[in-house]
Amino acid sequence: MGNIFDILGPVMVGPSSSHTAGAARIGLIARQLFGRQPEKATVYLHGSFAATGKGHGTDKALIAGLLGMLPDDMRIPHSFDVAKEEGMAFKILNKDIKGAHPNTAQIVMEAEGVPTMKMQAYSIGGGRIRVCMMDGIDVNFSGETCTLIIRNIDEPGRIMDVSAALCKAEINIATMQVFRDKRGGCAVMVVETDQIVPQDAIDDLESKPGIIRVKFLDPNGSV
Amino acid sequence: MSYQSMEEAQLRCEQEGIPFWKAVQIEDANERGVTLENSWEQMKGMWHSMLENLDVYEENLLSPSGLVGKEGGLMDAYRENEKPLCGSFMAKVMANALKMGCNNACMKRIVAAPTAGACGVLPAVLVTYAREYNVSEETMIEAMYVAAGLGQIIANRAYLAGASGGCQAEIGSGSGMAAGAICHVRGGNGEVIANACAMALKNLMGLVCDPVAGLVEVPCVKRNVGGAVNALAAADMALAGITSKVPIDQVIDAMKDVGDKMDVTLRETGIGGVAGTPAGQAVSERLGM
Repeated sequence: MGNIFDILGPVMVGPSSSHTAGAARIGLIARQLFGRQPEKATVYLHGSFAATGKGHGTDKALIAGLLGMLPDDMRIPHSFDVAKEEGMAFKILNKDIKGAHPNTAQIVMEAEGVPTMKMQAYSIGGGRIRVCMMDGIDVNFSGETCTLIIRNIDEPGRIMDVSAALCKAEINIATMQVFRDKRGGCAVMVVETDQIVPQDAIDDLESKPGIIRVKFLDPNGSV
Repeated sequence: MSYQSMEEAQLRCEQEGIPFWKAVQIEDANERGVTLENSWEQMKGMWHSMLENLDVYEENLLSPSGLVGKEGGLMDAYRENEKPLCGSFMAKVMANALKMGCNNACMKRIVAAPTAGACGVLPAVLVTYAREYNVSEETMIEAMYVAAGLGQIIANRAYLAGASGGCQAEIGSGSGMAAGAICHVRGGNGEVIANACAMALKNLMGLVCDPVAGLVEVPCVKRNVGGAVNALAAADMALAGITSKVPIDQVIDAMKDVGDKMDVTLRETGIGGVAGTPAGQAVSERLGM
């Protein structure tokens, strides 16, 4: 269980912490992982999100998050209009995702000059979420703490590169998870840290062979 | 580590000679590694948000489903033009509970307390009282700590989500938190706070979560009124010296037991209770859910 501000709070736009506030956070984390506002987003709703999403504003909240709005942003009910103004094209579709949590959304983000990204997350109530898939690889993180996400080639030495870079920047690793699609294929490292990872450490890591992309999620930062 | 029981919290209060709200604040600062001032400022922010959120109610705005929206305005008009059975103060409490419930359904800003569905109970009791009797901001922020501390003990021993424990976990918990909080405002000590919370929880034990069409509208908006009125009745009983014969920790354990035995159709699935009535089903069909 969280702290007293999970009991009194969050401050959010209604009507549902799981279907509205959680949905906005899924959109926001997706945007942060993508690193910018997508030019085109396709959102798939599964389970209860598909069944009761319209009545709960789940669709509007997801788009709001993709536009960088926080769960208490009063523009959430009008997010479709904001998307139009800001030139973000979007589609919202229902999709049955086998074995997924009832409150699941899948988002495909596209923009010129950057690789298309697909992420899947679910809402667990109280405005909290879990990201469970990125570009076809299973992952598991909340984005509530500082999180470094590294995409690399599955080969020896890459974990050492990451721990060495963090050591050099005097960053303490809180938790670390490693995932891959197949032996020698694409891998993802999810590293939760106690401190904010500075941009030069991220650039340093990104320049190393075998490391494809590095993203840092700052729970208090914005993209 | 937050308090696992009221007994544990009260023991600390006795040993250190501090009020319950202070014990909650100290533990929050400890747990999150922040200063007492930081914690206080954050709680002040929650209180200010509650005050502001209430005032943006629009009596002619309907929720997207069209099911709720006008109730707060109707209650205000009734109080101004007629003689409410429950008296003027209670009519204001009821109107404010309805307004927050409607605000939530209309996608306005709310403070989940403990959940979005139950967001009207605490402001209906605390904001209405603070405005009626000009209570200092400091006292009201202390009361917010009392509410949060009680909610945390409920979360640690039972639950706060309708999907887990039915509406007793949402409106019931909100009512218990509000009852204890308002007793603090009236000068009640830890024992009075515990009795008020225990009595409020007992009165709503077994309440099911049965939202029509799965939306946080029917019966949720009006249940906020039930939770607020019940909180004030329980607080008055406790302030009168009436005690709960079952200690609060055991009441919460009983609530958990009842929630565990509650059929899944009565836990936020939109199947049982009023959601399952012909009228509830008709709404569900009309909305295509």
